[in-house]
Amino acid sequence: MKQSYQDIVSKNSPKENVFMNAVVAFISGGLMGIIAQYLIDGYSALLDISTKEATVCMLVTLIFLSCLFTSLGFFDKWVNFCKCGLIIPITGFAHATMSAALEYRKEGLVTGIGMNMLKLSGAVIIFGVVSSFVFSLIRMVVGLI
Amino acid sequence: MIYLNAFIFAGIVCALGQIILDTTKLTPGHITVIFVVVGAFLDVFNIYDRLVLWAGGGALVPITSFGHNLIHGAIHGYNTEGVLGLFSGTLDLTAAGISAAIIFAFFMSLIFEPRD
Repeated sequence: MKQSYQDIVSKNSPKENVFMNAVVAFISGGLMGIIAQYLIDGYSALLDISTKEATVCMLVTLIFLSCLFTSLGFFDKWVNFCKCGLIIPITGFAHATMSAALEYRKEGLVTGIGMNMLKLSGAVIIFGVVSSFVFSLIRMVVGLI
Repeated sequence: MIYLNAFIFAGIVCALGQIILDTTKLTPGHITVIFVVVGAFLDVFNIYDRLVLWAGGGALVPITSFGHNLIHGAIHGYNTEGVLGLFSGTLDLTAAGISAAIIFAFFMSLIFEPRD
């Protein structure tokens, strides 16, 4: 009896969390998308620049905001609540860089901040560069054939 | 209309990442790396370009657009400078994001105290 009850509990409890987490991530990630599109439209109308340049402005703005909020201390709580809703957008990249820099600042400028800042986000850059090199080689070869 | 598309696309990407994170033992680092590689892969056949046209900012803000920009830089470099362009052009379009993250993080870590 006890065994079967615990089986039921262990089967049911994590599934609900997965669903709820996915819904929260869907909504928060979607809101990030809307904010990004709003910023792109706003910048291209306000500064009279092309969409491509407005995209760069949008990325820099979001990176600045998430760095600021991380160092003010309340972005960690948002990330804990939204999880992938804020980790998958570019804010997660900035958050990883910023929190690593804050965490290691006590160890000094070079050995602390300099050596550890890209500890978490370096993986994104490295795998991105390597995979884009391999894929563009593939595209090159396919294009030649 | 593009705002609705942006909401749906960015939301689906984030929900997918959350489901992968919850059902497997991968860490958030693995998830972001997977999405960058997927974004680069989708651009081998120009699929991501269409998604950007459809969803606008919703496709540009997830980390998948990082891979998309990396491979576009590499292809643009190859078209203008040849094989050497694969090396010099790869980081062209993403340089702004990486530099901004490093510069802001450096100066803010000097200004602010870490809080837990």
